[in-house]
Amino acid sequence: MALSEQEILSGLAEIVNEETGLEPDEVQMDKSFTDDLDIDSLSMMTIVVNAEDKFGVRIPDDEVKNLTHVRDAVSYIANNQG
Amino acid sequence: MSVSPTHKPRRVVVTGLGATTPVGGTAPQTWEALVAGRSGVRTLTQDWVAEHELPVTFAGSVHTSPADVLAKVEVRRNDPSGQYALVAAREAWADAGSPEVEPERLGVAVGSGIGGVWTLLTQWEVLKEKGPRRVFPLTVPMLMPNGPAAAVSLDLSARAGAHCPVSACASGAEGMGLALDMIRDGRADVMVAGGTEAAIHPLPIAAFASMTALSTRNDEPERASRPYDVDRDGFVIAEGAGLMVLEAEEHARARGARIYAEIVGVGTSSDAYHITAGHPEGEGAARAMTEALTDGGLSVEDIVHINAHATSTPVGDLAETRAIHRAFGARTGDIAVTATKSMTGHLLGAAGALEAVLTVQALHHRQVPPTINLENMDPEIDLDVVTGGPRALGDGDLAALNNAFGFGGVNVALAFRTWS
Repeated sequence: MALSEQEILSGLAEIVNEETGLEPDEVQMDKSFTDDLDIDSLSMMTIVVNAEDKFGVRIPDDEVKNLTHVRDAVSYIANNQG
Repeated sequence: MSVSPTHKPRRVVVTGLGATTPVGGTAPQTWEALVAGRSGVRTLTQDWVAEHELPVTFAGSVHTSPADVLAKVEVRRNDPSGQYALVAAREAWADAGSPEVEPERLGVAVGSGIGGVWTLLTQWEVLKEKGPRRVFPLTVPMLMPNGPAAAVSLDLSARAGAHCPVSACASGAEGMGLALDMIRDGRADVMVAGGTEAAIHPLPIAAFASMTALSTRNDEPERASRPYDVDRDGFVIAEGAGLMVLEAEEHARARGARIYAEIVGVGTSSDAYHITAGHPEGEGAARAMTEALTDGGLSVEDIVHINAHATSTPVGDLAETRAIHRAFGARTGDIAVTATKSMTGHLLGAAGALEAVLTVQALHHRQVPPTINLENMDPEIDLDVVTGGPRALGDGDLAALNNAFGFGGVNVALAFRTWS
């Protein structure tokens, strides 16, 4: 069964917390990964790979640059989950 | 004392100490354990010991896990060698009173003998099992030997340089020597210096065992590291970090810092004799000691204590003994020598740094920790080794040496003086 956007957000927040130490409730839909959450490109790659494992999606490297905000990542995962 | 304190333009003092070792999670805990003669060597409980049928089943693992001290993210983003350096650097920095210093006048010199071997080999397994996309993006900065120096530099905003001398088991001592020179030369006012190592991994253990460098006393791990004993059979691999805050004297005075001791000299030499064995007569080691004395404006009469390299190998302990004789002649018998590796094991690239910390503590507390497991002195060794308990040093102005030697024929000696 497909996960809701809220469930994806919550799962993504756990991954971000694991990688960066940011509190999960700071990871909100309208936040920018780089400007608001201070996540660099190296951390972003780890977050992407962990999200792939967690949600069973494939996020191509070319797509990662389009995921500037949390909402972009949640939407991509929601639309591509298996 | 026949000391000329103005032989160099700037004097350099020790204002902070930090250590994470097999016997303690801090420098004071480590000191207390060593004065009490406690060993940190234990049987390894990890599955990989049996899995790889390692011929050596014990080591000196850190007493306190860095995960107990650092944030989870810091653990994830640093090789264990970097984690130990961060733990010891923060302790040393806080111990020094977190000096106010311009970032451009604060430097770092943290040596490592082997580098991030855990990261290298763990990520190699990830590559083989899961493919290149799963290799951790921070693999390179975690495995590079200067990763710990860089981590400390980032943590303290140190911008006068982040150096990593690599000279096997002399790396940490070289870090301190480099820091001393940088401050004396006016390139920095404050340095965080020392060494770190995290190589209790099956490959280094197998490799050191393969060259018969390690003790194989598997049934009595706490008695395995026995420098100077006639039954010594090799060193005990250990891990951890030892760091100091070194500071220009005027900088320390201006802020009213507590001063543990003065670091007065460094001597370095290379044997050009054999890739792993030191010169059997200790020729290069003796030159390093003599150079440290000269550099520090000291004479052989000034030295009351040596924290020896003494790893508990049959050849090495004897060669160092000959080197001490060569450097100190008739004065040799008057020097209280100790081999703290009898309790900590051999921290490889961190060894010289930890033992420099211990040398400073010995001068500060005016007490030398004992050498344990010395039951039958090798008849070829005639040093005054401190055994059976700690020994008090006298009053007055005292000086001490710390030796660190490494594969590749590297010899480093550091000279310290009491501060009053």
